[in-house]
Amino acid sequence: MMRLLRIVMLALLACAGMVHAQAIEPMPFANHAQELRFQHLTQQLRCPMCQNETLADSNAPIARDLRNQILKLMQQGRSDDEIRQYLVARYSDYILYDPPLKAGTVLLWFGPLLILLGGGGVVLAALRKRKRDGGETTTVGELADNGEDW
Amino acid sequence: MNRLLPFIGFMLLVALFGFGIWWNTRHDPNAIPTPLLDKPAPAFSLPKLYEPAQTVSKADLLGQPYLLNVFASWCIECGVEHPVLEAAAPTLGVKLVGYNYKDAPADAKGWLAAHGNPYALLIADESGQTALDFGVYGAPESFLIDAKGVVRYKHIGPITPDVLATKLRPAIAAMLKEAP
Repeated sequence: MMRLLRIVMLALLACAGMVHAQAIEPMPFANHAQELRFQHLTQQLRCPMCQNETLADSNAPIARDLRNQILKLMQQGRSDDEIRQYLVARYSDYILYDPPLKAGTVLLWFGPLLILLGGGGVVLAALRKRKRDGGETTTVGELADNGEDW
Repeated sequence: MNRLLPFIGFMLLVALFGFGIWWNTRHDPNAIPTPLLDKPAPAFSLPKLYEPAQTVSKADLLGQPYLLNVFASWCIECGVEHPVLEAAAPTLGVKLVGYNYKDAPADAKGWLAAHGNPYALLIADESGQTALDFGVYGAPESFLIDAKGVVRYKHIGPITPDVLATKLRPAIAAMLKEAP
């Protein structure tokens, strides 16, 4: 029984591998360095159609077209930055997983810092209050009342 | 007051999540704003669908505004917007240009024969190469291009009666008012 299960599991695993291999068709890379560069670049780019997938992973037709276009641009000798600019000019910053710092993205970049500072302020205020109230022994009634121990 | 704090915190979270839901239902979160807005449309030169020997370029279309509607026979939502476009085409105020995207010409012609052809002009981009310059990533998409060849409005997804009335027609009216 265990053996049968193991065979079934292995077969399933093999299928999964095949599905993955089918998702991204092989591309005519000139050499291994180019392939690595291509993979590195496409992993930083977002598929416009299915926005939770990278261009490297996505099986959407537009992702395939863009992969082919990126390879074509690489073959023309364009740098990674030039290729990124090419894509941003057409598909906006959405195509980049790493958004650039500019007026529209300030909140995205510094929002977490604001929240951290706000939280720190609340903690600091609570600690100060406790220190000020401290010295005296807190009674059960006070604990229930001052609301900061919830 | 201190007793109310958790409740106030909770209500703030409810407000935040409520805003998130409202925000995501009133616009399409997958729609990518086109960087082409208020910029010249990319140059193109594509064959006509019915006369592939003849090509149409951006320069050929300068002089009068048009709505470039990207569609394909394989695109399900194009079937949704097609009756809307057919009904609206005569009163649109601009020329309706069909941009057949990544489609076999025979399929496209068959689809148009079955669903009707509201387009004044049909161009075909079988490889989808030119569509990359337009930032097309799916169909249907529609670009409103003015007489000078500048992109004035882009809609991603099907043109529903609602989109037509609240977005497309006002955009066309604003454009025509500015440059008759």
